[in-house]
Amino acid sequence: MKAKIYITLKNGILDPQGRAIQQSLQTLGFGTVGEVRIGKFIEVDLSETDTTSAENTIKAMCEKLLANTVIEEYQYEILET
Amino acid sequence: MNIGIIVFPGSNCDRDCAYVLSEVMGQTAHFIWHQETSVNGMDAIILPGGFSYGDYLRTGAIARFSPIMDAIAEFAGRGGMVLGICNGFQMLLELGILPGAMLRNRDLSFICEDRYIRVENADTPFTNQCKPGQILRLPIAHAEGNYYTNPVTLSALQANAQIVFRYCDREGQVTSQANPNGSLDNIAGIRNPAGNVLGLMPHPERGAEHLLNNEDGVCLFRSMISALEKHKTPQPV
Repeated sequence: MKAKIYITLKNGILDPQGRAIQQSLQTLGFGTVGEVRIGKFIEVDLSETDTTSAENTIKAMCEKLLANTVIEEYQYEILET
Repeated sequence: MNIGIIVFPGSNCDRDCAYVLSEVMGQTAHFIWHQETSVNGMDAIILPGGFSYGDYLRTGAIARFSPIMDAIAEFAGRGGMVLGICNGFQMLLELGILPGAMLRNRDLSFICEDRYIRVENADTPFTNQCKPGQILRLPIAHAEGNYYTNPVTLSALQANAQIVFRYCDREGQVTSQANPNGSLDNIAGIRNPAGNVLGLMPHPERGAEHLLNNEDGVCLFRSMISALEKHKTPQPV
């Protein structure tokens, strides 16, 4: 199985990188651009075969290491490969 | 005193700390590799600045799981003095020994320059030789020093005098202009509720010698030694 994990800053926390890119896109003429948020994308291969157990593993990984839940939130998808 | 300096792959202020402690302060500095599992015999511990594990994932996030960290948490738990400087402060946040987290600097740049900080609490083992409100000029060198915590924790930090240093201007005014990185409430350094753990972003070890035209950092190390002389860290039984 493969997990795709997305980590972003929580809502309400200033994302200076996102803001810089937002301004840059607007300067380039992309007038419809609203807020831009930057995050991290992590792909993890898992030898597990059970989706529920894989989900628990991924959650534990995010809570323990991959995300700092003081400032970040995470989402994930689990793909059968 | 025996001061342990933890060395991680990517630490780069470990030797500066050892130099100041031994050559300027006349103490005994011990390098402790992060793979070690004991800090026994140490009177205080310093987590030095640098780029542990290349700052991968988040600053301090991987160093936080180094084998030595259990021993440091245990040492801090029984009242041992732990000073985290810059990357060391980031590790203490990741460890959860100090609350909050670091965000990228407001202007996204790595800032390497002298800054003024004000001593907000001179009644700590790290600042007892400073005057309340004393202004220190110290170098900062970081890209992630924009301190953040939730409003409840911030109120607690304020109420318990846990904010030990704030960025200020030359006159000691705490203003947004004097805030280099966007840090909440101009926070440059905080302590734990018990007071035996301090984390700060500025580098006292880089401003602790007459030759460098800056001795403002000495008062932190002098404070630590004075506190230890009065009150030795209990060793494990």
